[in-house]
Amino acid sequence: MFKAILARVKQGYRTMAFPSPELKLPHRGLGVPLVKSRRLETAAAACPYGAISAGENPGLDLGRCVFCGACAQAAPEAVEFTREYKLCASRRGDLVIGGRDYKRAEALGADLRRLFGRSFKLRQVSAGGCGACEADCNVLQTLAWDLGRFGIQFVASPRHADGLLITGPVTKNMELALRKTYDAVSSPKVVIACGACAIAGGPYAGHDECVGIPPEIPVDLYIPGCPPHPLTILDALLRLIGRIE
Amino acid sequence: MKVEHLSAFNFASTDLDPSLFLETAASRLAAGGRAVSYFAVPDRAGHRLVLALAFDREGRLEVYSTLFEGPFRALTPSFPQLHLFEREIYEQSGLKPEGHPWLKPIRFNGQGAVPGLADYFTVHGSQVHEVAVGPVHAGVIEPGHFRFQCHGERVFHLEIMLGYQHRGLERKFIGGPDGRSLHYAETLAGDTTIGHAWAYCGAVEALAAVNAPPRAQALRGIMLELERLASHTGDLGALAGDVAFLPTASFCGRLRGELLNMTALVCGNRFGRNMLKPGGVNFDLDFALAKELKLRLENTYRDVENAVSLLWETGSVTDRFEGTGVVPKEVAEGLGLVGPAARASGVGLDTRRNFPAGPYEGFTLGVSGSGDVYSRAYVRWLEIQKSAELVGGWLDALPEGPVAADCGALKPESAAVSLVEGWRGQICHVALTGRDGKFRHYKITDPSFQNWQALAMALRNGEISDFPLCNKSFNLSYCGRDL
Ligand code: SF4
Repeated sequence: MFKAILARVKQGYRTMAFPSPELKLPHRGLGVPLVKSRRLETAAAACPYGAISAGENPGLDLGRCVFCGACAQAAPEAVEFTREYKLCASRRGDLVIGGRDYKRAEALGADLRRLFGRSFKLRQVSAGGCGACEADCNVLQTLAWDLGRFGIQFVASPRHADGLLITGPVTKNMELALRKTYDAVSSPKVVIACGACAIAGGPYAGHDECVGIPPEIPVDLYIPGCPPHPLTILDALLRLIGRIE
Repeated sequence: MKVEHLSAFNFASTDLDPSLFLETAASRLAAGGRAVSYFAVPDRAGHRLVLALAFDREGRLEVYSTLFEGPFRALTPSFPQLHLFEREIYEQSGLKPEGHPWLKPIRFNGQGAVPGLADYFTVHGSQVHEVAVGPVHAGVIEPGHFRFQCHGERVFHLEIMLGYQHRGLERKFIGGPDGRSLHYAETLAGDTTIGHAWAYCGAVEALAAVNAPPRAQALRGIMLELERLASHTGDLGALAGDVAFLPTASFCGRLRGELLNMTALVCGNRFGRNMLKPGGVNFDLDFALAKELKLRLENTYRDVENAVSLLWETGSVTDRFEGTGVVPKEVAEGLGLVGPAARASGVGLDTRRNFPAGPYEGFTLGVSGSGDVYSRAYVRWLEIQKSAELVGGWLDALPEGPVAADCGALKPESAAVSLVEGWRGQICHVALTGRDGKFRHYKITDPSFQNWQALAMALRNGEISDFPLCNKSFNLSYCGRDL
């Protein structure tokens, strides 16, 4: 007992301040990309995921991007990755960065904000994928991040949840379980697609074994990344419930 | 046929006549061989069975193959370590291993097959009851289905039904290497990004007859050991959490994050994405960065030591760890278990020692245990100490030179076996090339493939309330197994 108390003193207070202007992705981290040119042919050719379109409406689709950096390496004059972690959108189309400014996710409507703004419970559904998105959601529950202080919590039962946070490309084998879990959450409910897989298949885009989030499960928040950094996930969740403008 | 680890060999010369193949397989398995891979490759009108065996003590690898057009004799009845491999062969190729006790699908990738909706092993009798859990679990975790046959609290049998994470990754290697192949390796099991990426690079480099330069090898070693440090530290915290010992649980949760951040310091990503490439690595460490990494590692290691030592000194923890979920050595050997779980049962297998490559020449570490949760926890702690020592040593003496070599075309009609000791255990990639020098077949064995069965065995005759603790003591991958 005594040793545990000593250890507690030694380990210190470790919960980080959030949001804070000092927070950035690590030096070599890949955050929000800048599309610096309208000529994206070279970058598009370098992307193994078809995330970049050249031609008439050039743009980089953050939903498909797995942040491998191949485009920026092949065409540094056209694409550059910044260390900015704030990366989320309310609409699928807003994930395409091109000519216009990148539009970050907006908060839920006033009604939902009144319901969820101070207490937001999520049921996480892992549906394919590699487990890294799950790991970065889990990390938010550690004392360094202390997700609970924002009134957000991952809960065990969909019956206790205000919404789903879905990770993975939704394999055929998980589709039924995902639908059942969605149905078990009472309305109004919120759906979050976390990670490249959940948004557009990620590294598994185009596989016969993956079906994606069915259209009957409308998505309210998209969080790109492979996996998204915990900073990105936390920022997105807080934007959704209107805790960050 | 004897083959060299990490070097290309002529695939055709592994061919045996079918009856000789089965005979050889049985005699080599009986002589102590451990199947590291066993799979079927489409070949002419039928399938070619390929068996890769490891003789761990001698560090010897053997590969045999044969052409079958119809059913073949199952070896599982004599060698239970093959049971999942033979089920996989049946599921993937339709080639039937006759005499296999139960050819149930393992990934449910056939027409209309859905995991969970299948026959289970059941126990009948008065007061015997069944408990079903999953695929969606209470925590933030991957999906799987667990069926317990219980009598009161006592578990007679646990059946683990997976396949929910099956995303068809393995066969997408065929026709590669291409721009996506490396990402498949990196996301095969997200928490083992470096382990699988290294195994992939090892196979490609063997087939291209390229050696990654010494500096790249040392950097790979640093990343692999950081991955191990992060996972083992996280696991010890999670084990503490499962016996409601909150100090270590919360300290280790943070410390795992610190270790992941060190990985990100090197390559920008907490899981080690984009670090490796065939031929070497993408990122170098300059003097300042190496120094910072060393400093951070030393500080974090000190905190890990402080947090973890509480476990062994707290009666309420050791009482729950000791004697829980025992996997005896014979069972571990019989099932071909790998990694810390096998070592905790007294099996002396560590790829870094038995099949040393790159920076691991001369690696020594002998750990052992009695097969319970305590042993699986303590083995992790011993490995944490070793990994920290290795990383420190490599950082102090990084070889000079380039961090990558050019990796050209692959040798046609060849094969290579690549083994890496990931934090969960031995990873095995077997790559075969066709006439065009492209992958004709690619076979992955994640350590979880064999080790899930160990969890079922650990629960036998245990209490169902010990399930979370036993599960955490293995902490296996669903996606790595389901592919
Ligand atoms: S970083 Fe994204 S857009 Fe660029 S090549 Fe990789 S997947 Fe494509």
